[in-house]
Amino acid sequence: MPTWPNVRADFPALHQLVHGKPLVYLDNAATAQKPQVVIDALSRFYERDNSNVHRGLHALSMRATDAYEGARARVAKFINAADPAEIIFTRGTTESINLVAASWGGANLKPGDVILLTEMEHHSNLVPWQLVAQRTGAKLRYLPILGANVEGGLDLAQLDSLLTPDVKVFAFTHVSNTTGTINPAAELCAKAKARGIVTVIDGAQSIGHMPVDVRALGCDFYAFSGHKMAGVTGIGALYGHRALLDAMPPWQGGGGMISNVEFFTSRWKPSPERFEAGTPNFADAVALAVACDYLDALGRPAIAKHDSDLARLAYEKLSTLPEIRLLGPNASGERSGLVSFAFTDVHAHDIVTFADEDGIALRGGHHCNQPLMRKLGLTGTTRASFYVYNTADEIDVLVASLRRTLKFFRGA
Amino acid sequence: MSADLTELYQQVILDHNRRPRNRGKLPSANRVAHGDNPTCGDQCNVYLRLDGDMIKEISFDGSGCAISQASASLMTTQLKGKTGAQAAELYKNFHEIVTTGKEPEEISDLGAFAGVHAFPARIKCATLGWHAALEALKSDPTPTTTESHTD
Repeated sequence: MPTWPNVRADFPALHQLVHGKPLVYLDNAATAQKPQVVIDALSRFYERDNSNVHRGLHALSMRATDAYEGARARVAKFINAADPAEIIFTRGTTESINLVAASWGGANLKPGDVILLTEMEHHSNLVPWQLVAQRTGAKLRYLPILGANVEGGLDLAQLDSLLTPDVKVFAFTHVSNTTGTINPAAELCAKAKARGIVTVIDGAQSIGHMPVDVRALGCDFYAFSGHKMAGVTGIGALYGHRALLDAMPPWQGGGGMISNVEFFTSRWKPSPERFEAGTPNFADAVALAVACDYLDALGRPAIAKHDSDLARLAYEKLSTLPEIRLLGPNASGERSGLVSFAFTDVHAHDIVTFADEDGIALRGGHHCNQPLMRKLGLTGTTRASFYVYNTADEIDVLVASLRRTLKFFRGA
Repeated sequence: MSADLTELYQQVILDHNRRPRNRGKLPSANRVAHGDNPTCGDQCNVYLRLDGDMIKEISFDGSGCAISQASASLMTTQLKGKTGAQAAELYKNFHEIVTTGKEPEEISDLGAFAGVHAFPARIKCATLGWHAALEALKSDPTPTTTESHTD
């Protein structure tokens, strides 16, 4: 380390003092910072090409349409989708999963059907399924986690017995935002597929952090956000297998998604337009394509190694703190770029407030994972999450800050 | 440590956090309410034994940060023996203290929470127990029971 000598220079937000200390940004699982090229791409679009897409016959509209559809093709390539029409732009992971649950779930789930989730799902891959279960009479079932601190990840030994014939969809997170567990997504998809079960992957924490190939994963849907992968907020995508998308009804109505409208009936365009009612978020999509270029220039295998190496180093150093409880894979286990921990006597919010005084941005709380927290007997954890610009030195700053905080509260 | 942080984590607060007063269920309670802080998952139950309009006994339990736990603990010491109207008045004063940083005119431990105003994200931590207590005062009588209150 550093993996890329000059990478920090690409991210303007990193170069500031917070409470008089150099910013140590370790809240990347919530949102990542943006490289200058992405910020510039957004400005340039508004300065030069801004116009509504589709249907426009003037120069700017054609440029904007080309840029927007170009972004779709770039995102398709980023995750190795077979066809750009399999990429639906959304506001992010949450909206993508809501789209699948409402459209596919609403059309296909019946009373008695089972929606299989896991106990480590973010609320965004849990509440949309609760909503569609209430609407359709389908039931929820959970693949349990393994170990008092989720050190065993998902309890895969139980999977076969839970994939009963009444299971219609299996939705799970690729990488846990709370434990750093990397789930064997391809294996989970293969088991589901063999039984004709539709698979939905929450890719919020895997996109931008590791190579993602939806065809190698074998998933039917993959949902992700742009802002966690160096893109801007407000844009994300849903990948859906073409055969499924073409059979799904619209989930929102409006302009752009119809082929013909009568007073009492309408007909829909095919995917992706069918699922993009209204003026799409084309400017942010164009910036997202630039984020894809940026990450591929760094190299996603290298990003995955960099993030995991930092997380393992952090895990090792944090382990030396008295009375710390670390979640997720143990020291030698495969771990994504985050570490989540709790102390028996000092609450996460107090930790985060003290760290902030030292210029360190952490996240404390339930990480939108309340059922898991309850199961683990926790109200929350403190999470440090890493990205391409973080360094081993920053982990030392974190550990030193935590030592001071613990000393203050423990009075030792 | 910055002056703001020292002000936030005053001795009174640390003391109540380490040695919470009136913590635990109140077997004789005839009012109970639950408070949630959805942003962090902190929870607080407040148990009251009301005699007419008078808070005869009060306790709390739950989990949360030093600010929310110390605030709930200190609150129980302040509310015991008060009427509902007096409790509402005290909360008004407390809210003023945590949102403006203005120390109360009368000498009161509640002034220890003045430092919270410099940390707007933490105001909800300080008021969590109070909200539960005011809810409990408004709530319907519950039969006195030793059964656990779950959410």
